[in-house]
Amino acid sequence: MKETLQIGFIPLIDAAALLVAVDKGFTAAEGMDVTLVREVSWSNVRDKLNIGLFDAAHLLAPVAIASSLGLGHIKVPIVAPFNLGLNGNAITVSSALHAAIVSEIDGDPFDPTATAKALSRVVATRRTNGAEPLTFGMTFPFSTHNYQLRFWMAAGGVDPDEDVRLVVLPPPFMADSIAGGQIDGFCVGAPWNSIAVDRGVGRVLHFGSDIWQRAAEKVLAIRQSWCAKNPQIVAALVRAAHRAAEFIEQPQNRFEVARVLARPEYVGVDAELILRTLEGRLKISADGTVRESARYLVVGRQDAPRPDPVQAAWLYAQMVRWGQAEMSSEGLATARSVFRPDLYDRALGSEGRPTRAAHPVGAFAGPAFDPEDIAGHLASFPIGRQKPR
Amino acid sequence: MGAESSPKIAIVDESPIRAAILEEGLREAGYTEVVRIGEMQSLLSRIYALDPDVIVIDLENPSRDILEQMFQVSRAVRRPIAMFVDQSDTASIQASVDAGVSAYIVDGLKKERLKPILDLCISRFNAFSRLQDELDRTKSALEDRKVIDRAKGILMKLKGLNEEEAYVLLRSTAMREKKKIGEIAQSILTASELLK
Repeated sequence: MKETLQIGFIPLIDAAALLVAVDKGFTAAEGMDVTLVREVSWSNVRDKLNIGLFDAAHLLAPVAIASSLGLGHIKVPIVAPFNLGLNGNAITVSSALHAAIVSEIDGDPFDPTATAKALSRVVATRRTNGAEPLTFGMTFPFSTHNYQLRFWMAAGGVDPDEDVRLVVLPPPFMADSIAGGQIDGFCVGAPWNSIAVDRGVGRVLHFGSDIWQRAAEKVLAIRQSWCAKNPQIVAALVRAAHRAAEFIEQPQNRFEVARVLARPEYVGVDAELILRTLEGRLKISADGTVRESARYLVVGRQDAPRPDPVQAAWLYAQMVRWGQAEMSSEGLATARSVFRPDLYDRALGSEGRPTRAAHPVGAFAGPAFDPEDIAGHLASFPIGRQKPR
Repeated sequence: MGAESSPKIAIVDESPIRAAILEEGLREAGYTEVVRIGEMQSLLSRIYALDPDVIVIDLENPSRDILEQMFQVSRAVRRPIAMFVDQSDTASIQASVDAGVSAYIVDGLKKERLKPILDLCISRFNAFSRLQDELDRTKSALEDRKVIDRAKGILMKLKGLNEEEAYVLLRSTAMREKKKIGEIAQSILTASELLK
C-alpha cells in the first residue's frame, strides 16, 4: 500500500529538492503518494505541521528550532532529517540607499565590513538631519533573513533594534514596498531579490553567502512524535529528497528543473530567472550587471543535504544574541537535537557520507564559531540583546 | 480597559463579504467595538493606530507573518501580543486552522474573554465557506444552463427538433451514457465547433 502524505511548502526556489522529488516521481518510487500544499505564510506552515494537517514541511530552519524550544508559540518538538538548502538569500537596497552607502564607503563595495561601516555613517547623518530611521524588511522573526541583516549591520556598529527599524514583510510584498518607499532595503530568498532588480526598484548589495559562507536555510521538517512512529517513511522521504537534490545539481538537468519550478502550482515565476538562480548568476542591478557565485544557493553539493547540529547551535546563538532565547545548556541541546544527521545517515548509508568532517559557518565578522562556548562567542560582539542570566 | 467593557476587535481580512459577516456576528453577540482592515499596506502601523485588544486574521492572508513580529520585543513593536490559546488547548487551534482563521490577543486581555470570540469567528468562517461552496455550485449550474441552451439550439437547427424534443434527446443521451446533461451539451458544442 502507498503511504499518502501531505507536505506544505512556500513558493521559493529553495523548496526545489522537495518539489522535484515529488514531480519527478522520486517519492512515488519510494512508495509514497505525496500531495504538495502551497502555503502563503510561515505561520500557516508551522501551525499546520504542528497540529498534524501536514506530515512534513519546507520550513525555515530557525522556525524548526523555535518550535522545539516553544519560542513565540506553542512548543512542538520538530526534527529535520534533511537540509533542503544552504544560503540563497540576498540583501537588496533601494537605489537611494545604495547611492548613500557608495558615497560613504571606504573600501570594496562587495566587502560586507565596508558596507556595514558605510551604513553606520549613513545612519548617523540621517540622525543628525532629523530624518526617519531606515527601515528594512525581512520575512519572519525566526529566519536567517532577520539574523543575517542584524549580523551585517551590527558588524558596522549599527544597532538593529535602536538605529533602524526591522519589519516583517511577506516576500511577495518586498518589491512593492521598496518601490513605494515604505522600506529602504530587505533580506529575502530567491526569487524575490531578482524580481526587485528586474523591476528596477532595488539593487543587490550582498549575497547571504557574503555574510555567512554556509548557513542552513530551509529544512524538511517533521514532528518528532510522527518521526518516531514512522521511521521507514522518514527514511524514504530522505532518500527521495536526496535523489532530487543530486538531480538538481547536474548541469544537464538545470533547465528541466527550472521549467518544473516555474509552473504556477510551484514557484510560479519565469523559468529563466530560476535557471539563473540555480546557477548562481544573479543580475544585481537594473543596468544588467551580473554577479556569479557558486555558493549563492547550494542544494545538493558540499554535503548541504546532511543536517549539521553545529548549524543549529549557530542559529540558537543568533536567537540568544537578539534576545529571542535565553542562553541555557538545555536550550542549546534541544536546538542541536533538531538537526538529525543520524536519520539522514540511516536512510542513505554510505551514499550520504560527508566529504569532510566539519564545515565552518564562515561569518565575515567575529571569531570562529565555537558551539561549546556560545556565551564566550557572543561576548566578542559589542552589539546584542543577550538577556542577563 | 474595564472588566465589563467590550474589547476592541480588529478583523484583518481581504474578503470584504466575509469580514462583514464576521463583524455582524460579533456585533450581534454584543461586541460593539469592531473594526475591519481590508488593506494590507502598512498593516502594523494601522494596528498600532487602532490599538485593538484582539486581532482576527484569515489564514489565506500572507500578512499573517507580519503579526508574528508582534511577539518580539523591538523598537518596531509597541504592545506585545500573544497567541490565542494555552499550550493545552490544541483543540481550539485545530478548529480554527480548519476553519481558516486565527486570532491574537494583545497584552492585557484575559484569555477566557477570547474563547467566545474565537468560537464565534470559527463558526462564521465555516458558515462563509458553506455559503461560498453553495455559490460556486449555483454558478456552475448557471454555466451548465447556458451550455445546455446553446446545445439545444444546435440540435433544433441540425435535426429540425422543437425545444422540448431537443431537451429530451439531451437528457436521454445523458442517462444512457451515465453522464451529466451539461457534459453531453458541452460535447455537442465542441463537436459543432470542430465541424464548422
